Amino acid sequence: MSDYREMWKELGLDLEAHDQLLAVIPQIYGDVYLSQKNRPEGMSYLDFVMSEIHGLRVKELNDLKASGGKVVGTFCLYVPEEIVLASGAACVGICGGADWPSDEAERVLPRNLCPLIKSFMSFKLAKVCPYFESSDMIVGETTCDGKKKTYEVLGEYTNVYVMHTPQTKDDSSRRLWLEEVEKFKNEIEELTGNKIDSLALAKGIAMVNAKRAALKRLNDTRKANPVPISGKDALLIQQVAFYDDPVRFTEMINKISDELEKRIANGVGVFEKDAPRILVSGCPMAIPNWKLHHIVESSGAAIVAEEACIGHRYFRDMVSDTGTEVDDKLGAIADRYMKLDCACFTPNKERINNILRLVEDYKADGVIHYSLQFCDPFTVEYASVDKALKNAGVPVLKIETDYSMEDAGQLSTRVEAFLETIKETEGVVL
Amino acid sequence: MSSKMYVGIDIGSRCIKVVALNGNGVEDSKVTDTGFNPYERSLEMIKTYKAKRIVATGYGRHFAREDFADGVITEIKAHAVGARFLFPSCRTIIDIGGQDSKVISLDEGGKIADFQMNDRCAAGTGKFLEIMAKTLGFSLDDFGVQSLAAERSVKVNNMCTVFAESEVVSLLAKKENPRSIALGLHQSVVDRISSMLHRVGVANEIILSGGVGRNPCIRQLFEQKLDRPVYTYANPEIVGALGAALVAASNQP
Repeated sequence: MSDYREMWKELGLDLEAHDQLLAVIPQIYGDVYLSQKNRPEGMSYLDFVMSEIHGLRVKELNDLKASGGKVVGTFCLYVPEEIVLASGAACVGICGGADWPSDEAERVLPRNLCPLIKSFMSFKLAKVCPYFESSDMIVGETTCDGKKKTYEVLGEYTNVYVMHTPQTKDDSSRRLWLEEVEKFKNEIEELTGNKIDSLALAKGIAMVNAKRAALKRLNDTRKANPVPISGKDALLIQQVAFYDDPVRFTEMINKISDELEKRIANGVGVFEKDAPRILVSGCPMAIPNWKLHHIVESSGAAIVAEEACIGHRYFRDMVSDTGTEVDDKLGAIADRYMKLDCACFTPNKERINNILRLVEDYKADGVIHYSLQFCDPFTVEYASVDKALKNAGVPVLKIETDYSMEDAGQLSTRVEAFLETIKETEGVVL
Repeated sequence: MSSKMYVGIDIGSRCIKVVALNGNGVEDSKVTDTGFNPYERSLEMIKTYKAKRIVATGYGRHFAREDFADGVITEIKAHAVGARFLFPSCRTIIDIGGQDSKVISLDEGGKIADFQMNDRCAAGTGKFLEIMAKTLGFSLDDFGVQSLAAERSVKVNNMCTVFAESEVVSLLAKKENPRSIALGLHQSVVDRISSMLHRVGVANEIILSGGVGRNPCIRQLFEQKLDRPVYTYANPEIVGALGAALVAASNQP
């Protein structure tokens, strides 16, 4: 790690605070990840990525910058990665999944605000995220009130560009969104100084489609019983998808999928056959937020899918690369992103239907609805999710929490009690 | 004592409860303060029994599993099983413990249909009542009785234990009657838990379990609020330990 100190210093990180941050990760990672039994061998790649979380990848990004390239930081699935990659820039998800150092953000933000927003603001103010500090532009989006107003504050500390995301899916929204996608392309061209032509867009689309296809393939293996990979490992893979080099990542994930498919053929799993299968649905779990997955899987159930932005919403839909002109491709990109079913949309029936479909496809025994505290879109939308699942006879547990561990005991009681009720409905009664 | 005993131990934040069953029913039950070393206390409590199986519940269940318990269940299941054994037509359980409160709804067959727990803070728990009793100068045993003797209720707005305590102090400074404040405090606990009850749905019969089941005011206020009878067991704090012992006897989990 010491090799990177010079780089971190040049990036302007607060080295002392950053040391404290890096010191806690190996401990948590060891407890949560390395303690798992029978992990797929291919996960050693992810162990390596995690051991270099602020090292090698940051160096790659800074090598790119040294040769004239740009780095674009994002928080949300709405930012079209295809366009960023088409320009030759790198696209990275920005840190927002850790509690530490939470009080920093409260200098400029209210206390009762989504932990993800407070987290990224804290990382910026405390100068401990090398991805933040490496980014030439941070792209925000108007998906929720908390974020859109926070980007105004964030704009005082760094170069922020905000995309106006629509709230409905009618024709006028689609026109607005297409215009936003076109404006974004111009903005990225200006940032990088590179013209984004049809060929470049085709390349960007192919790269991201391949990454999404690899994630889909990997997630398909989780339909097997016994499940060949833990929910924790699958979550980690989906988290790393947002900042690793896309081509290398795709290759590594396909390798892991080869291994998992072999495991299925041999009936090998990481949980016993017929262990309870849980679908987690709701807010994104940004790295290193492994709290719920760790509690659930430590209680003996397997998480088989994430209906979330860091989950199925990211890889479910591809861009259909049909036309030959730049406008055709931008239209195809806009169309793909209009299919996202985040709770920031109204109405949002698609999400309910997708949850029901995932329950069916992954043979989930129950759903845990996960929302971050103070997240209005997901906490309010829970009522419709709850109703639809109950009508379908699917047990559901609502969890609303943040990144701190103070409620871990409470959560494990609730999760264990939920698993007890699932086992009861499956016929084990006193 | 018989060597074929099934023991349930409920290691709570405030008290540790043990129930021992023999072939005919409850042979023994004990309650003690959790104290500063719940592990040592638990060991002391179970070592007097020659247990065939021990099932643990409560927040200390995980250390029990690593050490002496043959199985663990959550407090939710423990209270459901215990309450259903004592009241065979029970459909709704209100358990107010030292550190958390929960409501459980059972289907007609006694399976858990839904449950709610308070999250993280002490609002609406036995600990809340305990601290408020102390602030008002009542003993815990007497708190509910004194509260029932109030002529009127003074509303206490804060549910947070810390803020409610200072609110109570300022009400006392305004020369409000301690009994009236006590009634207001009991009312606020019942109101808070009632909103959890409405989320899971209320069906007869309703059982109040946990140590707070001994508080006559809480029970009476629930009856008024829900407009139907609420039942308690003579030793309401052992319902969870009883459930655990019954599960031990069934050779689960």
